[in-house]
Amino acid sequence: MKYLFLIPLLCMLSCKATQKKPYYLQINSYEDIVTGNFDAIKNIFQQKDDTLYVINFWATWCKPCIEELPFFEELYSAYFGKPIKILLVSLDFPNQIESKLFPFIEKHQLKSAVIHLNDPDADSWINQVEPTWEGSIPATLIYRKTERKFYEKSFETYEELETIIHSFL
Amino acid sequence: MKQFFGIALIGLVGLSMLMTTTKKVPDTDNLDGYKIGEVVEDFTLKNTEGDMVSLKGYIDQSSVKGVIVIFTCNTCPYAVAYEDRIIDLHNNFLGKGYPVLAINPNDPAAKPGDSYDKMKERAAEKSFPFAYTIDETQEVVKRFGATKTPHVFLVDSEMSVRYIGAIDNNATDPSGVSTRYVEDAIKAIDTGSNPDPATTKAVGCSIKIRKGA
Repeated sequence: MKYLFLIPLLCMLSCKATQKKPYYLQINSYEDIVTGNFDAIKNIFQQKDDTLYVINFWATWCKPCIEELPFFEELYSAYFGKPIKILLVSLDFPNQIESKLFPFIEKHQLKSAVIHLNDPDADSWINQVEPTWEGSIPATLIYRKTERKFYEKSFETYEELETIIHSFL
Repeated sequence: MKQFFGIALIGLVGLSMLMTTTKKVPDTDNLDGYKIGEVVEDFTLKNTEGDMVSLKGYIDQSSVKGVIVIFTCNTCPYAVAYEDRIIDLHNNFLGKGYPVLAINPNDPAAKPGDSYDKMKERAAEKSFPFAYTIDETQEVVKRFGATKTPHVFLVDSEMSVRYIGAIDNNATDPSGVSTRYVEDAIKAIDTGSNPDPATTKAVGCSIKIRKGA
């Protein structure tokens, strides 16, 4: 249960944009996380509200992902209270959630919402996220309504990421 | 000149009409790469035994009907998760005319664990039965357009690309595999048909191309 705090998320889905209440659903057990297949989270890629969604695919074993993670955390702090949601979608191996993912989140005190995607049928869900995505990580989808930008690359600096955010605002 | 601008303008308009809602922001370092049906240019790379290995050298052997070219490496957990399955592929399909040719495309400066010496160590540890080669200049990976490890390109005896993508449909759990893409593609080629699917996607570690390389 001590991991409760770090698994916010999942349901900005069913909640209306106008709601001021927390927009996410808490997944409250290890069981819920490991069963997070693509169908369970696909709504986060199709939100229609005015929020800017910044969705980063990463894993604790992915060095370039870890190197750019602070930029997303900085974004979270810099735009706190603004209509921006940052989601870190972990692709860690299912058997490393407790041994790698949780300790990492705890150690770095990640503020952004983290969800774990456990869906082996990558050929199906990668195209649903973004047809041009080859499947390498890190990868980042930034979208608001129908305006979408996709980056199959790592960001070298925070400024590089923020410039993109600015282009949406 | 005017005419040129006119054509350029039509081109631009046409292009913008083709654009979908998502702007793919390209990683300019990665070229487009081979598509299904395109003929691969020959390449020669050094394997962990210190020998030079060429794709054509494989193809030219009378028993060979195609080559399973796999971009892989030491350090990517997805590549590691597939190591035993790559060994199995080679052992099961060499006799049927389809050897594996593994290529490590990573820049050791960025990933020290993918240096030539580390490759030799890994190949010895796992007794790789296939050639594990290094693409030091990254010329080959750029030509293929491989973006991640592992990334398979199945090439036939005409050096034509017949399948691009994943080895099977479950990277993290070999026991959960229900479709073996590469095996199915080989069977398709052997029976004179086209692999279906001819391309698949999978999660993998991005291949970092050196700047200015």
